Amino acid sequence: MSPMIEARDVTYAFGETPALRGANLAVAAGEVVAVMGPSGSGKSTLLHCLAGILRPDSGEVRFDGTRIDTLGEADRSALRRDSFGFVFQFGQLVPELTAAENVALPLLLRGVRRTPALRAARGWFERLGLAGMEHRRSGELSGGQAQRVALARGLVAEPRVLFADEPTGALDSLTGEEVMTLLVDAAREKGTTVVLVTHEARIAAYADREVMVRDGRVNAPAGVAS
Amino acid sequence: MTVPLTLLGLLEREPSHGYDLKRDYDTFFGRGKPLPYGQVYSTLSRLARDGKVVVGDVAPGAGPDRKRYVITDVGATEVEHWLTEPVEPEPHLQTLLFTKVVLALMLDRPAEEYLDTQRAAHLRRMRELTEIKRSGELVDVMLADHGLYHLEADLRWIETTGARLDALREAVRP
Repeated sequence: MSPMIEARDVTYAFGETPALRGANLAVAAGEVVAVMGPSGSGKSTLLHCLAGILRPDSGEVRFDGTRIDTLGEADRSALRRDSFGFVFQFGQLVPELTAAENVALPLLLRGVRRTPALRAARGWFERLGLAGMEHRRSGELSGGQAQRVALARGLVAEPRVLFADEPTGALDSLTGEEVMTLLVDAAREKGTTVVLVTHEARIAAYADREVMVRDGRVNAPAGVAS
Repeated sequence: MTVPLTLLGLLEREPSHGYDLKRDYDTFFGRGKPLPYGQVYSTLSRLARDGKVVVGDVAPGAGPDRKRYVITDVGATEVEHWLTEPVEPEPHLQTLLFTKVVLALMLDRPAEEYLDTQRAAHLRRMRELTEIKRSGELVDVMLADHGLYHLEADLRWIETTGARLDALREAVRP
């Protein structure tokens, strides 16, 4: 069975500065993989290449067996919208929208009508301990609440792959662990594949396995193929 | 258990007198607790009895002792095995990990790979503790937290050490 998401010998440079130097990573369907590494190691760049946000300079990125690095911007954008979910370090909620509207965004972008989209969005609030906060705007939410809203937004459209880049980086440790518990529980329930970038070991410990990115390459632990 | 293996590791660099071994041990690993001469010689005797070292030629050296100890294949294999195997992840391992890293650098072994193996062992244990937290009672959660924070401290040390290996290599190799 082919991996759900895979990087093969991926290189990427920001101008003259190489960020990835032949990175390989294969993530199976339903697997939660933590991508660890020091600052500047290339782990976020790897996530962006896997998610079709960046196009590698060389190498291949495959999603469910199909190359996506050769797709044009419009097709990659459609892929991100239809098949991927995202959670970033600082929630990045749209401040003008309510929490429920923020969660509903991926569905609205897919063409789901407003009423069913908001209904689906509101379904996440109780589960994430946010009941009653549907109408709040991001400025009226704590950091932990905003990040849980961002998590709901990342999962509401039931993506096949959730990309989470330091999703707890801006939270205190207890709140961060609550968010991770919710993330992993939701992903396991739906069989969502998760690529989790983190530099924190306690956050990586929520994953099924971890890989290390160092100097733009991926090192898997001994005995585990990357 | 660390002293015999550390002395074996030091002997793998080059055959040495007991006096030189004690001096190097105290310099790199003693940290204010010098190894008593008696322990050096009793350890070397046991290592010789077990076939891990042999007494080589009697040559002039510093100190009263003139015996030069040479590591055997059995001893070298034991050092190799010890360095390669990750330490059982438990809190407060810094001293042992430090010894392994320094010896690995002295012997031109892949210290970075050993650190990677150790990191993987630590993360495996952290995953087990995290799973306990996800399914356990509050008391279990708190005990798991205690273990997790200590293992995390080890891991931070592993990361920092990994970033300093080149400088450390310079410091411990002639």
